Amino acid sequence: MTHLSAPAPRNFFTQEGTKTSVLRLFRNRFLTGLCITLALFTLIPLFSIILLVLKNGLPLFSLSLFTQLPPPPGLEEGGFGNAIIGTALMVGIALTLSVPLGVLAAIYITEYAPTSRFAAAVRFVAKLLTGIPSIICGVFAFAVVVMTTRHFSALAGGVALAILTIPTILLTAEQALLGVPNAYREASFGLGATHFQTIFRIVLPDALPAIMTGVMLAVARAAGETAPVLFTALFSQNWIHSLMEPTASLSALIYNFASLPYAYQVKMAWSASLILVTLVTITNIAGQLLFTPKHR
Amino acid sequence: MDGKSITAGSSGALREYRPRPDFFRAGCWIAAGVTVALLGFILGEIVVKAWPAIWKFGFGFLTGIQWSPNRDLYGVLPVLIGTAASSLIALLFALPLGLAIAIFLSENFLPHPIRQTIRFVVELLASIPSVVYGLWGIFLVVPLVQEYGAILAAKLGFLPVFAGPAYGNSLLTASLVLALMVLPTITAISRNALIAVPPTLREASYALGATRWETILGVILPTAAPGIVASTILGLGRAMGETMAIAMLIGNSQRLTWSLLSPSNTLSALLANQFAEAEGIQVSALMYAALLLVLMTLLVNIAGEAVLRRAQRTVVGLK
Repeated sequence: MTHLSAPAPRNFFTQEGTKTSVLRLFRNRFLTGLCITLALFTLIPLFSIILLVLKNGLPLFSLSLFTQLPPPPGLEEGGFGNAIIGTALMVGIALTLSVPLGVLAAIYITEYAPTSRFAAAVRFVAKLLTGIPSIICGVFAFAVVVMTTRHFSALAGGVALAILTIPTILLTAEQALLGVPNAYREASFGLGATHFQTIFRIVLPDALPAIMTGVMLAVARAAGETAPVLFTALFSQNWIHSLMEPTASLSALIYNFASLPYAYQVKMAWSASLILVTLVTITNIAGQLLFTPKHR
Repeated sequence: MDGKSITAGSSGALREYRPRPDFFRAGCWIAAGVTVALLGFILGEIVVKAWPAIWKFGFGFLTGIQWSPNRDLYGVLPVLIGTAASSLIALLFALPLGLAIAIFLSENFLPHPIRQTIRFVVELLASIPSVVYGLWGIFLVVPLVQEYGAILAAKLGFLPVFAGPAYGNSLLTASLVLALMVLPTITAISRNALIAVPPTLREASYALGATRWETILGVILPTAAPGIVASTILGLGRAMGETMAIAMLIGNSQRLTWSLLSPSNTLSALLANQFAEAEGIQVSALMYAALLLVLMTLLVNIAGEAVLRRAQRTVVGLK
């Protein structure tokens, strides 16, 4: 923190003892109190969410939750093994599309043409893509994949999630590459390395942890998103057999089961929430630890 | 480069140097190009698929108040109003709270570790999936709003905004949860704006005898105002696109009403609810609605980014 730590001396106004100075001091104290109260107030909803997710999600936790299929309405057994596989599969499809694309694009705009107009355009579009509602990714995948193949499928869900994750990966990879000191590149060029050798032997290895952090954040985000998979992968009560059939996912399961009148299904929704929230929290903490800048 | 420079080969003999095409660079260029093209591709694809509905309904789509697929009637006015209302009400709650947290994070009221914790908590709020907010809302916020909404409707029911009967799944419920969801956006950007205010301004204000809050309200907030405005606009963009929590909480009703306590709908929730079962012209109509949503969020986000860029430039000028 660069700013001054001490405000005006405390006895500065009280010495004068006028009515206005007391009022000013009081107002100062009051606003400080109000500000702290409001800031601490935000803790309440978060703790409430985490508490409820733990309280309602934990009781169901057992091995069968991960190995069995969702039960038909009314029955009180079963799990969401197929939804876990579905989520993992679709996130995997998304990453195989978005990681190469995002990282290569980031390499282009930081290593090859950082000041070009084209690079500025890429940055701008990536920023805009982060602002596009996630449901639009679903609409796009619906138009491109579902309407052409005439099937709701894991592939369509994966494509939707890929669109969602590309800007995240691109922008974090860009920051990661920018974090590599220029002296490294200059030293590499000075030793006679080509541009390609410099990128692959020097820049990428140094930036890799930070790029991985971005990928992890993208995984956490994609796993929790419902809107893009809701009407692209739809849902399924069965194990997945091919990429071209409706596929269950944890997030769609929460949405579908949350408002059902069966207590067991609702509990399953809470358990699925617990898994997603745990995943998100772990990735965030890991990201905080990993993403501390290496170079000053 | 002329490509004809002479260089020594490994054998020692002189050899003509020819630059080979750099395939990796070309690959990177293509990846970057695909990213840029993606936005146009998304927009184009949605326009193409929405075309039958655009052709058939034209601007009447925007002003129609009926949405009944079985009668081939499609109008999104109530949904547009619901989208605007829910995001604006959410901002009404989130802006004061977000600003307070941003001030709290940029001042030194409490020691650094506590501030760092609060910052982490707010970031965590941003990463909790939308459906989990929805689930939490169904079990906590909906009953609360139903209970206190009924009291509100009984006491203040003569005002159109609080007219009963009070529903749990209502515009108010959705807006409250939405406020929580846009809070991190507003906090993060406002905090950056506050931190970017040059410390010399603060020191000058203190030197003139101002208290801490006179400095905050009179010097720091006005200097950071453009950034705070940008945070609000970007928060609005986020709120308009938010889908799942709203789809689970807003009640999904296309009826026009003034009351905060009755169900409503938003563009994104409409898409989430109807796409899976849509057929024929309904798909086109939904694509039309999706197009409106994209254009609205793009417009808001571009405006927000422009204001943000402006804000950063003015603060740099002050240093």
